[in-house]
Amino acid sequence: MKSQISLAFEKCKRENRPALLTYTVAGDNSKKKSLEILKSISQHADILEIGFPFNAPTADGPQIQNSTYRALKNGFKLKDAFQIVKNYKKMRNAKPCILMGYYQMVYHYGEKKFIKKCKQVGVNGLIIVDLPWPDNKKFSKLCKKNSITFVQLISPTTSKERMKKIIRDSHDLNYLISMLSTTGGKLKVSPKRILKNYFKIKRINKSKNMVIGFGITNKTIGTLKKADGLVVGSALCKGISDSIKNRQNPVIKLNKMVEVLKNKII
Amino acid sequence: MKVKKGIPLIDQHDKNGFYGGKFGGNYVAETLKKPIDDLSELFEKCRKDKKFLKERDDLYENYVGSPTRFFKLQNLTDHLGGAQIYAKMVSDANGGAHKIYNAITHAMLCKKAKKKYICTDTGAGYNGKMFSMVAKKFGLGCKVFMGTRDIERQKPNCDAIRKNGAEIVPVTSGSKTLVDAVSECIRYWVSNCDKVHMGIGSLVGPNIFVKICGWSTAQISRELKVQLEDEFGEIPNKLKLINCVGGGSSAYGFWSEFFDYNKKHIELIGVEAGGPKNSKLHAAPLSKNSKIGILHGAAAYCVQDNDGQISETESCSSGLDYPSCSPIHCFLKDVGRARYTVATDEEAFSAYKLVTELEEISPSLEPAHSFAEAIKIAPKLDESNIIIVNSCGDSLKDKDIIKKRLGNYIR
Repeated sequence: MKSQISLAFEKCKRENRPALLTYTVAGDNSKKKSLEILKSISQHADILEIGFPFNAPTADGPQIQNSTYRALKNGFKLKDAFQIVKNYKKMRNAKPCILMGYYQMVYHYGEKKFIKKCKQVGVNGLIIVDLPWPDNKKFSKLCKKNSITFVQLISPTTSKERMKKIIRDSHDLNYLISMLSTTGGKLKVSPKRILKNYFKIKRINKSKNMVIGFGITNKTIGTLKKADGLVVGSALCKGISDSIKNRQNPVIKLNKMVEVLKNKII
Repeated sequence: MKVKKGIPLIDQHDKNGFYGGKFGGNYVAETLKKPIDDLSELFEKCRKDKKFLKERDDLYENYVGSPTRFFKLQNLTDHLGGAQIYAKMVSDANGGAHKIYNAITHAMLCKKAKKKYICTDTGAGYNGKMFSMVAKKFGLGCKVFMGTRDIERQKPNCDAIRKNGAEIVPVTSGSKTLVDAVSECIRYWVSNCDKVHMGIGSLVGPNIFVKICGWSTAQISRELKVQLEDEFGEIPNKLKLINCVGGGSSAYGFWSEFFDYNKKHIELIGVEAGGPKNSKLHAAPLSKNSKIGILHGAAAYCVQDNDGQISETESCSSGLDYPSCSPIHCFLKDVGRARYTVATDEEAFSAYKLVTELEEISPSLEPAHSFAEAIKIAPKLDESNIIIVNSCGDSLKDKDIIKKRLGNYIR
C-alpha cells in the first residue's frame, strides 16, 4: 500500500508541480494557534512538517529558534505535539504530517513508545535532525514497520558513496539540504547549482521522492520548482514572529504566505 | 563493561563512537558527518606522525611551559591535620589553565587541514582565551562563542580574548551560558564547515572532539607521573587525585596515566558543581544521578526535565556550569573507576578563602570545588594518604565574583 506521503507527491505530479511542504513549530505561538495555523495552511500546502521543540537545537537558525523558545515559554510539552497532530487529523482532507525534531526528545520518550504514539495520532513521517545514517538504521526500520516514513537527510557535504547507501536504506522520501547552513540562512548557492546537484542525486534512484529545503522563501521558491517538493520553514516562523510584533493574527498571515508560495510553483 | 588496560581510555570506544556501548556517539546533522570524518582521519594520521608530535611537544614545553609545578601544601596539610595535600599547578600553564593543551592541538590540526579560521565555545572564558592566543600565534582568524551571562561575569578573560584579536560572539539564547555557547558554535560550524575548523573546549561533543581533547590534556598526568616518581621514588600508595568536573577535560588529563591502577591504590575523585546551597539548581549530572540525555552530539548523563528538555544549571563557576558531562566520565562512573561528588558554591568559596589564606596559590572557582572536597576528606585520613588536587585554573578571571562574595580580592 502506498503511503499518504507518496500519494501526495503523485497528486502534485499529476498537476505538474512540486509539492509544497511547510514547517511550523508545534505550540508556536500557542497550542491553540499552532493547530489553527495547520488547519488554515493545509488549504494550500501538500505536506505539513511540524517541529517538536527542543531547547538545545544545533542545526536551527534564529527564526526557528525563536519559534521554539516561544513555544517552550508557553509551557509546551511533547505530548502537546501529539495532541496537535491528532486534532489536526480530525479535519476533512487532512494532509500528511511529518514530525521533525532532535533525537534527545525521542530518546527521552523512548524510541518504541515514540513511534507507537506517532502511529496512534496519525503522524505519517519523521525527521530526526541529529540521527544521521547509519546510526538511524534501527530506528528507521522500526518506523517502516509501523508505516511511518523515516526521512533521510542528504547534505552538500554528503559523499557520493555515502549518498548511495543512504538512499538504498531510505523509505519513500528524502530531504536534500540546499546549502551549508542552519535552517533559514540566506540562499548562498545559485538555484541552478542546487538543481544540478539535485538531479545528480535523483539519478541514484528516481522512484524515491526528494524535496529541497533550507533557505527557501517566496523569492526563491519559483526557481526550484523542478524538484519533487520544496520545504519552507524559517520564512513561515518569521511570519509568526512578525505578526506577533505587529499585533496581527498569525493564522491569517500564514495562510496568505502559504497561498503566495503555492502560487509561485503552480 | 570495564576499563581495558594498556589502551588510552579515549580509544576504548566502539566503531560508532560509544564508550561502554552507550555513552558518546555522533548525534550530529548530516552536514557535519563529512567534516567530522575528515577531522577524525586527520587526527589519527597526525597522532602517529613524529613531526607533528615533536612540534606539539615543543609547544607544550616552551610555549605552555612544561612541567607545571607540583608541590606540597604544607600549611594546608598542617591546618587540616590528616592526609598530606599536594597541588599540581596546571594554572602555571601559559594563559592560566589547562585549556591551552587542547587549543594547541586544534590550532595545529586547523593548519594541517589548510583552514584559515577557527571557532570555539567558552564558559569561563579560559578556553576562548587559549584559542585566541593560539589563533594569534598560528595566524588564524578566531571566533569565540560565549553566553552573555558569562561575558558579564568573566570580564578579565573576555578582555584577553579581544586583545588577542579574536571576536567574541555573544550568545543570547536559552540560559545564556556555556550550553548555549556550544549549541551556537556547532550551528556556526554547520554553516561554515568548509572553511572553518571547530574546536570544542572540553571533553564533550561528537566522539572525535572527546578524543582530541583527552589526547591533549593527557600531558598533565604524563608530567605528574614523573613528578611523583621524583618526589616519592615510586607511585605512592593510597593516592587520591581530586579534580573538578564540568565537561571533564582537566580531570581526564589529570587521571589519564592512572586508570590502570587499582582504585585502592589510586582513587580518582571528580567534584561537580553543586550550585548554591539553598538552590535546587546544580550542574552535577554524575553525582545527582541524572538520566542519560543526548546533548551536543553525545549521549551522557545530563540534567534534564520530565519532558526531556535540557534543564537550567546554576553554579558560581562558569567553567563547571554545564548540564551534561563527558561520555568518558559517565563510563568511569558506571564501571566504578572514579567516584563523583559535589561541592556547593558556599563550600567552594570557603575553600578558596582557606587555601589562599594559608598558601601562596590562588585557584579559580573551578578548582576551588576540588579543594573543598580535599578539605572535607583530609582530616578523616591519616598521613599515609596522599591527596593531590589539580589546581587547573587561576583565580584572576574570578576577581569580580570573589570580591563581591568575600568582600575583597587580593592577588
